[in-house]
Amino acid sequence: MAAADELTFHEFQEATDLLAETPDAVTTSKNDQPTPQGHVAVAMGLGGSYGAEEEVEEESDKAALLQGEKQQPGFWTFGYYQSFFDVDTSQVLDRIKGSLLPWPGHNFVRHHLRSRPDLYGPFWICATLAFVLAITGNLTLLLAQRRDPSIHYSPQFHKVTVAGITIYCYAWLVPLALWGFLQWRKGVRERMGPYTFLETVCIYGYSLFIFIPTVVLWLIPVPWLQWLFGVLALALSAAGLVFALWPVVREDSRLAAAALLSTVVLLHTLLALGCKLYFFQPLPPEHMAPPPQATSLHPHTLLPPTLPRSITAS
Amino acid sequence: MRSHIQEFDSSTLNESVQNTIMRDLKAVGKKFMHVLYPRKSNTLLRDWDLWGPLILCVTLALMLQRGSADSEKDGGPQFAEVFVIVWFGAVTITLNTKLLGGNISFFQSLCVLGYCILPLTVAMLICRLVLLAKPGPVNFVVRFFVVIVMFAWSIVASTAFLADSQPPNRKALAVYPVFLFYFVISWMILTFTPQ
Repeated sequence: MAAADELTFHEFQEATDLLAETPDAVTTSKNDQPTPQGHVAVAMGLGGSYGAEEEVEEESDKAALLQGEKQQPGFWTFGYYQSFFDVDTSQVLDRIKGSLLPWPGHNFVRHHLRSRPDLYGPFWICATLAFVLAITGNLTLLLAQRRDPSIHYSPQFHKVTVAGITIYCYAWLVPLALWGFLQWRKGVRERMGPYTFLETVCIYGYSLFIFIPTVVLWLIPVPWLQWLFGVLALALSAAGLVFALWPVVREDSRLAAAALLSTVVLLHTLLALGCKLYFFQPLPPEHMAPPPQATSLHPHTLLPPTLPRSITAS
Repeated sequence: MRSHIQEFDSSTLNESVQNTIMRDLKAVGKKFMHVLYPRKSNTLLRDWDLWGPLILCVTLALMLQRGSADSEKDGGPQFAEVFVIVWFGAVTITLNTKLLGGNISFFQSLCVLGYCILPLTVAMLICRLVLLAKPGPVNFVVRFFVVIVMFAWSIVASTAFLADSQPPNRKALAVYPVFLFYFVISWMILTFTPQ
């Protein structure tokens, strides 16, 4: 009975609400009567305060809710897309925390998404990352110009476009390919179905979050520290992806599983590397002040015909 | 009936162009005042118009142009880029607010976001004036300070109008994109360097 209680927790709550409304109603449990109407059939016995149509409506409404299969609105309606933004602030923060600290047994999709993937996180994380990349890349150019005045500073606004296109293509096309591949290999799996497209987009979107603070930390002009932060972020992010995908590819052949996971990690590495090299300007060395003998060498290099004169002069 | 229709027609169609323009300008000016002194009032929301945002966006985009023809790869934002960022940014934030379940109409939200660019446009004006002086760290600090203050003013003004439309457990989700939007515009203003 305890197991049945756990399983029917949701319905039990609904049933208690209904019972509270109509004290002399009778509830039957889910396992006993698989009626097409729903899991809990509330027999409005002697109440009589409800009209017949209302009863049927209420029952079918509650039955539909209890079944957990709400009628999905069509994809041309606004409500369809609203279902992908059905998250609260605390849920988004919780998902971000889950992606920052991946743990081997702790599947991101099952624990944090709980079959309610959202589009808010992936979309705005990608937007933030694109802008932060362009802005911090520009800031490193500014810092480089401080050290070496010969570098010409410019806002480099075209990099915003490049960053945006790169990040969005990565975060939406790679999950599409991954989802397609997993669907194709669906037949091999017995225990666990493949993820839906939105869940793969969520996995990728939230895994990109850790790059936002990393990119900001890349402002620190110490090269080995930058590489350290980059490797750390890449390791955490790729680990998150691998741990999320592992339960799905585990049952597949070893070759397919190894190929998939290594491709995923490789693409992620290429993204991180590409961003570091394209957006970030290597700083010129510390002492760019011209050395003292350059002032006498200057006329020497500029005026070759007077070469013997300047040599005898110095 | 006919005289009634005639009367109705003559009230707006037959008035002079100056009257029409002045009426619209006064409405825009009133909304500017509401942005500069943000209070919880419904004027911006009730009678929305998009003239103000258009004027502000065009002014900002024109001021962000540098005089000389710079090489394409190296320059600041082109006119079209500023326009796209402002308008598509505002549309995206509006869609985001509505998808999260906010009860504000599409154009009302566009109107509020557009009008709240006013402090940043004023900051751009001040930056351009400050840049006429001698360049140096003091110059940069003054511009930085002005842009930061105006950025905070924009955020406060827009959240004063927009925050009430969201349920409390999603307010942060709706406000963050607004923050990102004005941050990007502030960045464009701060990095403006004349040739």
